[in-house]
Amino acid sequence: MAQELSIPLETTAEVARPKRSRLRKTLSVVRHQPLGALGLFIILVFLICAIFAVPMTIGPVTLPGVAPYDPEAINVDAIQEGPSADHPFGTDRLGRDVLSRTIFGARISFMVGLISVIIGTFIGTFFGVLSGYTGKWVDSIIQRFIDVLLAFPAVIFLLVIITVIGDEDSKFRQFLNNHTPIPQGDFLGVPVFVDIFVISVGIGVAVSVGTARVVRGAVLSLKENMYIEAAQAMGASDNRIMRRHIFPNVAALVVVLATIFLPIAILAEASISFLGIGVPTGTPSWGADLNENRENAIKLGIWWTVFFPGLALSLIVLAFNLVGDAFRDLSDPRLRGGGGGGASRTGF
Amino acid sequence: MREYIIRRLLLIPLIMFGVSLLTFFAFRVIPGSAAEIFCGLECTPESIAAIKEDLGLDEPWYQQYGEWLGVLPNDDGDLNGVLQGEFGSSFFTRLPVTEELQRRLPVTLELMIMSMFLAVLLGIPPGVLSAIRPGSIIDGFVRFVSVLWLSIPSFYLGILIITFGAKWFGWSPPNFATGTTVRFWEDPWVNLQTFFWPSLVLAVGIAAVIMRLTRSSMLEVLRNDYIRTAWSKGLKERAVVWRHALKNAMIPVITIMGLQVGALIGGSVIIESVFGLNGMGIYLLESILRRDLLVVQSLVLIFAVTYVIINLFVDLTYAWLDPRIRYS
Repeated sequence: MAQELSIPLETTAEVARPKRSRLRKTLSVVRHQPLGALGLFIILVFLICAIFAVPMTIGPVTLPGVAPYDPEAINVDAIQEGPSADHPFGTDRLGRDVLSRTIFGARISFMVGLISVIIGTFIGTFFGVLSGYTGKWVDSIIQRFIDVLLAFPAVIFLLVIITVIGDEDSKFRQFLNNHTPIPQGDFLGVPVFVDIFVISVGIGVAVSVGTARVVRGAVLSLKENMYIEAAQAMGASDNRIMRRHIFPNVAALVVVLATIFLPIAILAEASISFLGIGVPTGTPSWGADLNENRENAIKLGIWWTVFFPGLALSLIVLAFNLVGDAFRDLSDPRLRGGGGGGASRTGF
Repeated sequence: MREYIIRRLLLIPLIMFGVSLLTFFAFRVIPGSAAEIFCGLECTPESIAAIKEDLGLDEPWYQQYGEWLGVLPNDDGDLNGVLQGEFGSSFFTRLPVTEELQRRLPVTLELMIMSMFLAVLLGIPPGVLSAIRPGSIIDGFVRFVSVLWLSIPSFYLGILIITFGAKWFGWSPPNFATGTTVRFWEDPWVNLQTFFWPSLVLAVGIAAVIMRLTRSSMLEVLRNDYIRTAWSKGLKERAVVWRHALKNAMIPVITIMGLQVGALIGGSVIIESVFGLNGMGIYLLESILRRDLLVVQSLVLIFAVTYVIINLFVDLTYAWLDPRIRYS
């Protein structure tokens, strides 16, 4: 009886429903996963900083920049000044505004993160699907090669590959110069885009190794499905099965992997730049700034030049970890707060 | 099982061959070779050729590779390579890698062992505590700390400790003033002062991973029937948790500890650079920057061998600890 009564109510509520429930859903996520929501918020703030870091002109529109100063502008009148109203985060040894550099660092980080993850998941998925579906000797060769690549501890792998492809006269760079439209100079406000790109490729290769292994595992179990057999029986080529039947089914997994690898890639760029092998000196990258300023910070106590860039780096990694945890909790509430997380520790 | 072990063991030489070949070629495709860096700015083609000949870089690649590995005789007609335990010498200092290793290996080993020790100490007890009271204040605190530790990059934490240590307490690592790292047997106290902070910094991230995995694995184990039996026998909580549950909960934790050795090796490169410790990591970094090919090849190979062997060892321990696991 009660159910019958409720029917007209439901139908009248139908119109107003979607909007309210979406808002309520959002609120409920915020209430149950406040940390996850906080993480998402931090990521959004950094993303806005990254996109609108410096003034940009697109056609007739000029977008204002978030950064108060040009991150690379040297100011000899304000060298190593502490935080003040003019420079909230202080200035570094060349009088550059630390706040502006920290904001711009978000752009470098996201750029490297996105490019490397896109490259990495693309290559990784390709080889993972190929290896898992084809099997036999193709699989053996690819897997032994991955074994070799996995024998390098992550940081050492990155040191080697970025030194090799990042060298001023490396064949890879020549190839980029001559055969690809990768801009050599300024691109999206980044002074030496090609350097950023080369680092991203290096990190991308490292990402692809992990991706390939995981995707292969998924493909191995997918392959057992009846619809694959059906497709084979109908005479579909391997190529077609891989593209039309296998790939769409691992796509979701690949997206999850990409979100796991994004903060790792950001951390990798910072670490490599910190070791002096990543971005060229002077580039406003968090890792490079930490490296450049650490000596004066320790000797002269100029703490703000290292404190803020590092804080930004820690915050963005923290934000991704919080979102990852919230996501895990939502998908498997039994393991609340536990499980995995190891992915974000690869030695940085 | 035996078959699995044999297959894994057979794979190791293959992987090592791949690693050695890959590093060998990787650095040889760079045109700006060691010879040019060695030569400096005022350099003629003749002097580069002379240096190349001197360093043996003019020989064909298979000769260079074979000599380094120790399967082809060198200029003196001896087999003197990696397989014989000789890793070649630096182009720049002329010091044999083995000699440098004697000096630097103890530094890196101490750093890594101490880090692992601290990571276990900081990771397992809080992990267990938070698992036996899920949802409590302790649990919330542990989870919060673990995600913080997981997120702070080791080099940032290291720089903060040194910067604010100097600013607020006038403290700096003992090796900063002297430039040398004191051995444990020479002066244990100074040695521990030198190594405690870098090890802690390196340990924090690994401790977070251990903490989280201990927690989730413990939660899983505590749901088992045999734990209920233990409770119903009237055992005290301490006995149930620490004697019955912990043993099984530790199995995945041991695996992750093995995997974290890779993080330790990589992390030691970074932390040695932050704290100015003269270990293997800084040696590798310096050698990479000046394209000191033989040193780089040998060091990368050593790191990779260590990593692969430890992983194999962990896999086998895993099977030994948990007889239910059968590899096929």
